[in-house]
Amino acid sequence: MSQQRKAVSLISGGLDSLLATRLILDQGIHVEGINFFTGFCVEGHTHAIRNKDKNKPKRNNALWVAEQLGIKLHIIDIIEEYKDIVLNPKHGYGANLNPCLDCKGFMVRKAREWMEARSFDFIITGEVVGQRPKSQRRDTMPVIAKESGANDRLLRPLCAKSLPETLPEKEGWVDRGKLKDFSGRNRKPQMALAAELGLTDYAQPAGGCCFLTDESYSHKLADLWAARGQRDYDLDDIMLLKVGRHIRPRPNFKLIVGRDNGENNFLKGYRNRFIHMHASSHTGPLVLLDGTPDSDDIQLAAELTARFGKGKEAEQVTVTIHDKSGNEKQLSVNPFKAELIPGNWYV
Amino acid sequence: MRQQLDARNMLCPMPVIRTQNTVETLLPGDELEIYCTDHGALNDIPAWCRINGHEVLDKSEHNGEVIITIRVGANG
Ligand code: SF4
Repeated sequence: MSQQRKAVSLISGGLDSLLATRLILDQGIHVEGINFFTGFCVEGHTHAIRNKDKNKPKRNNALWVAEQLGIKLHIIDIIEEYKDIVLNPKHGYGANLNPCLDCKGFMVRKAREWMEARSFDFIITGEVVGQRPKSQRRDTMPVIAKESGANDRLLRPLCAKSLPETLPEKEGWVDRGKLKDFSGRNRKPQMALAAELGLTDYAQPAGGCCFLTDESYSHKLADLWAARGQRDYDLDDIMLLKVGRHIRPRPNFKLIVGRDNGENNFLKGYRNRFIHMHASSHTGPLVLLDGTPDSDDIQLAAELTARFGKGKEAEQVTVTIHDKSGNEKQLSVNPFKAELIPGNWYV
Repeated sequence: MRQQLDARNMLCPMPVIRTQNTVETLLPGDELEIYCTDHGALNDIPAWCRINGHEVLDKSEHNGEVIITIRVGANG
């Protein structure tokens, strides 16, 4: 009997990696999935935070895809290592702060290491030639294969027919004739294939697979680096950029204002790390202060906090402020007039 | 053996990752109680268990905290 070949598949949770994996499973290959958590991933929890998104499914799409496929999934925390990719991408950024080409090379390299440690034979991804402006171009696909060290052990089932033969094809582990030659941004071939395979429920990410492709998110990240005078971040920083209104009235501090109960609850989990405040005479949002505000800044922040609560039209609003050591004080303030907030304070 | 895992104040998928990494150190039949504050874990941890052949023994919620108890499967 011939040896059972094994592949590791990069599962993002989207349709492409689902289809690519299914094509290889259908050829009798043992496949296990691998999913990387960078901290920037667009995840179920991000939707779960806001009230308005309460009805969206709160599932983790990668787990869900693996379940549909009937394969194991290994989720790997790469938060720390990934920093270097975001901060110093050799190939630069895409339209926003998305370092897609470096990111793909890095993920395939991690998959190669995983494959080698477990004696798996090859790697599959859902990449499609010409689908993404930078990372999925005909001339950049070999860059990913080479820089990751995966070389001809990297198979892209959705476009393999239009790429040079890889080892699994040459060795006859998989039948090249049953692979696809999809290209470009048109999603119709993928949808047709999904229908053919009887797959109806799948996630359709609008942009890329992570927040770094989002313009307003990238803007907030750039603002954070500029304000700290240092390009760095930790997991809490990048999680907090996903929620709330971010308002920077002065370079040394910003306010993170919860927009609804869901966000206020989320921000509560971060209270101990930040000076925080809320209106106590009226209902209103929880506000975190990030940076190094002095007493003048705290006064201004309290006026802004009052502006975003139910007391915004009131003469006076009492705002309760907690410092990082847990000390509490009250300030009575006039709410900041909405029309006087300069547009460029909103990050 | 029954062990506990504190995954409070972590957002998904971190509780799943911690569960996965803890289960790697356990033996088939061992039990793990996972404490979370992200309710997404109520979906994600059982999904992870179904995929990887572990059993969910119990799910409960107290004061906004979720406790999920699982038993490591034969291939754990
Ligand atoms: S969208 Fe994000 S996760 Fe996807 S390749 Fe680009 S940088 Fe990487």
